[in-house]
Amino acid sequence: MYESLLTVPGWLAELDRMQRDVQQALGTLGLPSSIRAVAQGAFPQINIGATPREIVVYAFAPGLDPARIDVTVDRGVLTLSGHRLDTRPGQDAKRSVYAAERFSGAFRRAISLPEDADPARVSAQYRDGVLRISIARRESARPKRVEIQ
Amino acid sequence: MNDRQLTRDGAQPAPAIAPRVDVIEDATGISILADLPGVSKERLSLRIEGETLQIEGDVASDAPEGLEAVYAEVQAPRYRRAFTLSRELDTDKIDAKLKDGVLTLRIPKAEHAQPRRIQVQAG
Repeated sequence: MYESLLTVPGWLAELDRMQRDVQQALGTLGLPSSIRAVAQGAFPQINIGATPREIVVYAFAPGLDPARIDVTVDRGVLTLSGHRLDTRPGQDAKRSVYAAERFSGAFRRAISLPEDADPARVSAQYRDGVLRISIARRESARPKRVEIQ
Repeated sequence: MNDRQLTRDGAQPAPAIAPRVDVIEDATGISILADLPGVSKERLSLRIEGETLQIEGDVASDAPEGLEAVYAEVQAPRYRRAFTLSRELDTDKIDAKLKDGVLTLRIPKAEHAQPRRIQVQAG
């Protein structure tokens, strides 16, 4: 009687398999991840890069007022927070919403910075919906060439 | 992976992310809002082919020299998403705005497709 509930339809199984493939490819199965990592689809999405001089954090946060984004560095943790307004047009009862995938509401994300990050030299700029935060690295931590006597 | 996927992969264009969208219909048309962070006006392409609307945008790269990726949630430098429109939408009158990485599209319905009230005759 319950057999129909237990056999997953083909297309659903396919979807499940695809999701597992993706997770595997991203290395989220079994491998340790950062304690501050969040599930896919969090807002804003973040990419981090590093050069010997600075650490650059890109937050993909479209449609925000830059004056209302809070960026703080406290004890080695960079925190981004703010609020994204729901800008969907019209609130009347006659409209039909076919997709509502965009995030709205309060957001907060935290990133642990490496030890050589200098909290005194942080700069941030917002362009085309991407917040770019640059954190300088301390001079002493840069690679140095050692002369051989 | 089966043969069909292999051949399809061969013909597929560069990898792209499907942007998150809101799609809302009201009496006079459809509004689409799409999140395209990092895409400037010059790098956005909107195309209509037959009844398909395609949104495509490249993420501008302003990476300093020697930047090494440490962590990445956005894993392709491109967004792409397509929608099949329907006949009553007037594709000649699409209005598009891009601000702070949010694309707002307004596709009005053709005049003849606007809602009308039908008078019921007494008889």
